[in-house]
Amino acid sequence: MQLSGAQALIKSLEQQGVETIFGLPGGAILPVYDPLIDSTIRHILVRHEQGAGHMAEGYALATGRPGVAMVTSGPGATNIVTPIGNAHMDSTPLVVVTGQVASAAIGTDAFQECDITGITMGITKHNFLVKSAQEIPRAVAAAFHLATTGRPGPVLIDVPKDITQSMMDWWYPSTVEEYDLPGYRPEVALDEQAVERAIALINASERPVLYVGGGTLKSRASKELLAFAERTKMPVVTTLMARGAFPDSHEQHLGMPGMHGMYSAVTAIQKCDLLISLGARFDDRVTGKIPAFAPHAKVIHVDIDRAEFNKVRFADVAVQSNVAPVLRAWDGASATPHNLDVWWKEIRSWQEQYPLVYDEPATDGPLRPQHVIEAIGAKAEPGTIVSAGVGQHQMWASQFWKFEEPGTWINSGGAGTMGFGVPAAIGAKVGRPDRTVWCIDGDGCFQMTAQELVTARAEGIPIKVAILNNAYLGMVRQWQEMFYDERYSEVYLSADLPDYVKWAEAMGCVGLRATNLAEMREVIDVANSINDVPVVIDFRTDSSEKVFPMVAAGASNDDIQVHPLQQKGSR
Amino acid sequence: MTPPEPYLGITDHTPVRLHILSVLVENKAGVLARIAGLFARRGFNIYSLAVAPAESNARFSRVTIVVDAESAPLEQIVGQLDKLVNVVAITDISPKDALERELLLATIKTDVDNRTSLLDIIASAGAAIVDVDAKSVTVMLAATPGNCDGLEKALEGFSDVELHRTGRVALPRLGKTAHAY
Repeated sequence: MQLSGAQALIKSLEQQGVETIFGLPGGAILPVYDPLIDSTIRHILVRHEQGAGHMAEGYALATGRPGVAMVTSGPGATNIVTPIGNAHMDSTPLVVVTGQVASAAIGTDAFQECDITGITMGITKHNFLVKSAQEIPRAVAAAFHLATTGRPGPVLIDVPKDITQSMMDWWYPSTVEEYDLPGYRPEVALDEQAVERAIALINASERPVLYVGGGTLKSRASKELLAFAERTKMPVVTTLMARGAFPDSHEQHLGMPGMHGMYSAVTAIQKCDLLISLGARFDDRVTGKIPAFAPHAKVIHVDIDRAEFNKVRFADVAVQSNVAPVLRAWDGASATPHNLDVWWKEIRSWQEQYPLVYDEPATDGPLRPQHVIEAIGAKAEPGTIVSAGVGQHQMWASQFWKFEEPGTWINSGGAGTMGFGVPAAIGAKVGRPDRTVWCIDGDGCFQMTAQELVTARAEGIPIKVAILNNAYLGMVRQWQEMFYDERYSEVYLSADLPDYVKWAEAMGCVGLRATNLAEMREVIDVANSINDVPVVIDFRTDSSEKVFPMVAAGASNDDIQVHPLQQKGSR
Repeated sequence: MTPPEPYLGITDHTPVRLHILSVLVENKAGVLARIAGLFARRGFNIYSLAVAPAESNARFSRVTIVVDAESAPLEQIVGQLDKLVNVVAITDISPKDALERELLLATIKTDVDNRTSLLDIIASAGAAIVDVDAKSVTVMLAATPGNCDGLEKALEGFSDVELHRTGRVALPRLGKTAHAY
C-alpha cells in the first residue's frame, strides 16, 4: 500500500492507539493536517503551542498513557520547548511531532526554520530528525517505546515537509528489534544480591521511612506500596511528584517532605535510621542542605535510572528496578523492621504538636487560600483531579487537598513551570472525562496560559479553575518579605487588573467572584452545578499569607520554620 | 578543599584521576553533539576525544573519551552517558592497564641551514619526517601520549610551529580487560 509520509505518520499514531493529539498547524506541518481529517484521532486545536504541550502532559499524568502534541516548525516548535523541558524534569511520557522545513532547505535559515532537535537535545529522552518517508513508522514506534519504557520522558520527532509529502510503502514494525535501538535496554534483571542486602538493612532498622517519589506512580506501584507499608507498619512520605501514590487518609501517611513539607514528614526523615527511596531523586527541594539531610540514615535507593544512584546522596544499597518488583521481593522475603512503637510514638508527638494550621478566616474577607482549597475539597466528589500552576497556591494545594489515588494530582515539579495549571487541567479532563477536574491556580500563573480556556470552551472541556487571587506573584513576595527585608521588587500584579470574571466570560466560560466566606461557599456550589462549560472563580485572598512550614533555601531541614501560630509558646 | 591542578605534566600514561572510556555509538548524525552536549550541561570535563568508524561495521563508531573523574564521579559520567539512546556500549580502561597511542603532526618552519637541532629532536623522539621543503619540515609521531607531550615540549624552542594531535586511543594491555558497564 502506497501512502504519503503524512498519511503514514497519522496511521502510525493510530497504530500506537493514540486517541487525542493536542496541536496547532502551520506551514511545515500542513501536509500532516490533511489526513488528520479522515482519522479517528481527536485533535484539540490549542491557542498557543505551549498549551498543547502542557495539555499532553496533563493527559499523560492523569491517564498514565503518553501525551501527544503536534506543532509546526520554527516558533511553533520553540513554543513547545517549555513543556518538553517540564516533561523531561518530571519524567512524563510525551511524544511531540514537529514539522520541519524541507530537507533541502535545512541549514539555509529558511522561513520558520529552527534546529529543534538541537534545541531539545538536552531536554528530551531522545529525538529524531526523520530522513525519509519510509522511516516514519519506525520513528513513531521507537518514539512511543522510548517515551513509555524505562524512565519515561519526552521524545520529539522532527519531520521535514518534503518527507511528509513523499510516498512510501506502508509497513509497521512488529518487534522491538525493528525499532533499531541497539543502545536502549530499559529492562534490567533484578539484582537479587542488592535486594538481599536491602532486606538486611530493613530487618536491622528501628526508625525506617518510606520516601516515595514520582517513580512509584510512573511504575504503577501504589498497590504494592500499600501492601508493603501496611505489613511493615513503616511511615510513608510522598514527594510533590508522588502525591496520590499513597492515600492521604492513611494513618501511616505523614504527607509531603521538603521545603514546604509537613513537619512530621521532614523531621521523620531527619531522625530516621533507614531511608527507603522508591523512585525519588533526592531533589534539592526535598533535601535542603545536602550534608545535613537525614544524617543518621542508611539509604536504600530504588530507581529504574541508575544515573540517580549516588548523584546527590550516597546509597548504601542501590537497586536498579521499577518499584513494584522490589516491594514484591521484599514482601516475599518478609522483610520486617524492628518493633516501631517507639518510633511511631515520636512521630505522633510531632504530628500532634505541628499539624498544618492557618489563621482563622474573617467572615467578611479577605479569604484564606488554604481555607478555599479545603472548602473546594470538602465539596468535591471522590476521585476529583486537581492541577496547579507553580508557587504558593501549588504548595497549599499539595498540603491541603486530600489525595487518595494515583493520577489525581497534576503539577509541575522539577521545572516549576508557571502557567502549567490551566492547560494541564484541560489535558487531564480530555483523558479522564468521567472525572471532575479542578485547577487550583494563582493569579500570576493564570495570566500566563489562560487563553487555553478558549480551547476548553470551543472543544467542550468543562474544567473548573479556582484562582487564588492575592494580587501578587505570591511565592516571590514571600521570599522578599522573609529574606529581602520586605523590599518588594516587581511582584505586585493587582487584584482587579485584569478583571478575571469578564475575562472568563469573554472566553465563553462562567466567571464568578468570591470576596467573603458566604460568597466562597456559594460560588463553589455554583461551580459544582455547572458541567457543560468551564468555570473560572476569582477568589480574593489575603496577600500577606505565607506558606508554612518552610525550610529556607540551602538551610538544613532541622531548621524548619513552622507557622507563626505554632511559634508562639510551643517552641 | 583546593581545586585540582590542571594536568600539564609529562607521563607515559594517563594520570590515574583520568579515565579512558571507550564508547561504542551508533554512527548517526548528531551523536557527537549529543555526547559533547551531555558533558557540557552536566559539567563533566573532557580531557581528550577521538572518534572513528568502529572495526568492520559502518553502523557503529568508536569514541575514545578521556574524562576527568574529579569533575564528576565516574559512576555519574558513565550512568548519564549510558542513557544516551545512541550509546551502545561503554568500557572503562584503567590507565595502568591501558596501551595508549596518539598521533602528533607538526610543521616546523626552519631553514635548511638551521636544522641540526631539529633533526636531533626528531631522532631522539623516534618521530619521522613526512614532508620537507626548503623552509619547513613536517614530522609525525605515533607514540604514547607522554612521548607526544615530550616532543611537543621539545619543539617549544622553535618560533613557528603548527602542531596537531589526534587525542588518544587505547586498548587494554594483553592479559588485562576493560571494565564493561
